[in-house]
This record gives sequence, C-alpha cells and structure tokens, in this order.
Amino acid sequence: MNPSAEALQRQFGSAIRRVRESCGDTIVTIDPARNREILRWLKDTPEQAYDYLVDITAVEYRDGELPLEVVYELFSLRRKVPLRLKASLSKDQPLEIASVVSLWAGANWLEREVFDMFGITFTDHPDLRRILMWETYAEGYPLRKDFPLRGRFSRSEQVRQALNANPEAHYSMEELSIAEAYYELPADLRERLARGERGHVAEPEGER
Amino acid sequence: MGVTTTPTGGHRGTLVSSISPNWLTTRLDFLVNWARSNSMWPMPFGTACCAIEFMATAAARYDISRFGMERLGFSPRQADVLLCAGRLPFKLAPVIRRIYDQMPQPKWVISMGACASSGGIFDNYAMVQGIDTVVPVDVYVPGCPPRPEGLLYGILLLQKKIRGETLADDSIRVEQSLDERGLRLAPDRIDELSEPFGNSLHQTRSA
Repeated sequence: MNPSAEALQRQFGSAIRRVRESCGDTIVTIDPARNREILRWLKDTPEQAYDYLVDITAVEYRDGELPLEVVYELFSLRRKVPLRLKASLSKDQPLEIASVVSLWAGANWLEREVFDMFGITFTDHPDLRRILMWETYAEGYPLRKDFPLRGRFSRSEQVRQALNANPEAHYSMEELSIAEAYYELPADLRERLARGERGHVAEPEGER
Repeated sequence: MGVTTTPTGGHRGTLVSSISPNWLTTRLDFLVNWARSNSMWPMPFGTACCAIEFMATAAARYDISRFGMERLGFSPRQADVLLCAGRLPFKLAPVIRRIYDQMPQPKWVISMGACASSGGIFDNYAMVQGIDTVVPVDVYVPGCPPRPEGLLYGILLLQKKIRGETLADDSIRVEQSLDERGLRLAPDRIDELSEPFGNSLHQTRSA
C-alpha cells in the first residue's frame, strides 16, 4: 500500500472515500468536488511530489447504476512512485468536474479527450472542444455505453456529414495563430478562421 | 504489335530494312495507353499498416519502378493513381475527396487492403465502410495487409484495365463531382455497401 493513501486520509478525511490495492497499485477514490484541491496537495507537498500527470481517462461500467469514474494516473518522478486517483460522477447529476489544467498544462488535451469520448465537462478548462472527433460531430460521445458501436446515424448520413465537413476547420484560432504558418494562409481562410468558422453541416433529413 | 526502332548505325540489322527509318504505324489508343500504363505516378495516401507494405513494394526488393511507378508524387497535382493504403476514418473522408478532386485527368484509384475496400475489421462509428462511398475505385486489392506481390498484381490489373481504354469514349475521363447533397452515390447505395458482413454480423452492441 502506498503511504500517500494514509497521508491523504489524514489530510482530507471524509473527502477520501475509499482506499484499496489492486495488482500492486494503490487506488484512492476521492470526492469529485474536491479533486483539484487534493491533486494540488499531492503535487505541491514535498513529501508527496506527484509532479507528473501520466494520464486522465474515464470509465463507464456496463452496470448502468454505477457512476462514471474519472481516473487520474499520477507519478512522482523524484520518488519513482505511482498513484491512481478516481472520482465518481453520478449519472443523476450533470457530468462535471474541475479541470486541472492550472496544475498540469498537459491535462489540456487529456481532458479534451475525456470530454470528446465521454461527454464529461471540465469546468474552467481553457479550450474544451472535441479533439479526436471533428467539431461538427453530432452523434454523441462514442465511449459511452449507450452509444451504438456503428454510431447513431445511418452510414449514408455519416458519409454525407463527413464529406460536407471543412477539413481546415479542425484547428482553433489559438492553435493557428501561434503557428508561424498562420500568416502564410490565404487571406480568405484567415478571415473565415477569425470569424470562428468550424464548418457547416445542414440538418439531417429524416434521421433518428 | 510492338514499337520498333530502327538501327541508325547499320549494325545488328535485325529489323526490316525495306521500311524507311523514323516512322511507324500503330493505333493511337495503343500508343497512348502504352504510355499511360507504363508511367503511372502514384499519390500514396497511407493511413495504416498497408502503407508499410506499400513502402516494401516501393523499396528495392519488389521495386515498383519496374512498372513505371518509381516517382511517388506527394502532390495530387502531379499524380495519376491515388493509392489508398489503409483504413479511412470519416474525419479523413473530405481530405481524400479533396485530393482526388485535385488530381488532373486521367486518374485512377487503387484501394489497397481490406479496410480501404470494405472497412475491414473496423465496422464502427469512426470508419468509412469502403472508400468507394467517397471516391470511385478502379482496383481493389484484398488482404490484411496485402503482400507486395498482391499490390503488384493489383497494379498489373490496373495497367491491363488502362490498356483496354479508348480515347473514343471520353466519358470515362469526365470529372465525377459530388452531387448537390455532397455525396458520390445515392444514400441507399451507400447504406447497402456499408452493411455488416462476415464476423461483424456477430458483434454485440451493434445498432
């Protein structure tokens, strides 16, 4: 058992919901409302020093009653110790949890991926957009258990929406403006991006 | 019928000497198709493991330059064959369509591998079920991935197909644009082409 688990219980008391060990990994389930506070403490306390956020991901269980879990994989580069934190989000309430981009800049894309695949909203995220699916994607969140494997629309509708998408609209204004190539873009493209154009897809005809 | 050359220096006089030098007769179709089929410049659109096999095909051991394809054009403006090697996600569908539209006529498309031809094992929400729902395809190469021999066989089939074309029928060179819905095929045709088959019939959670 990782001693950080006990330290967390001492420090945060009831905000630490559960501690267990599985396959040699210590898993700490925390109160989702206090996730940023707990992660900041783990990162900034010298005895803990979990300075590396390996991954953020999420789990939805086949049992529909169970809550979704947001999983934080931490690692202390100095002490060479891993730690896994989980925060359960009930399906009765809006799927929201505080963003940790202010602690680790690398959380930016990880949280976008979780948002894209599970529809979990990270509050205070600076740029919460889809990252894998395109921005006009309208079928929902692919890794949710209620999402059909082949998507919600018919294949012809999927092809129609894909072919009507604007392949240049996958980048945000911020990404393009920090790229040197931005000033070499055609003037009309720069103008369209400045207007925040993300491509336009007409409403599906007679679809579910 | 073949293209003959006339010796200039008088040595090795194996050709018919009664024909005057510097001219020959042939069918224009034959000559054009001979030239086209032996100098196809591919535009590789490699998205997955098929592209690795394509690289092997292009490298020294299999060497597609034997078939006049040694110049891999990474610009669609100077390419004749769009070679889609690998799976095509919906996110890349408008990209390959734009590349196809940017290629000048005459142009052909080879769909390399199971995923490009049918979606393969990826019968899911993210994958185009056969690139023929997006661009017209001339030759489908089966395999997962196809061996270089398989791709070469597909290339030879495409050469054979080109040699059967005729300039008299210019309809095959008419640009096929997307219709007003933005589709290449009728929606019911796309649905039919994308239907599950084989093992994907037994997938759970499918809709």
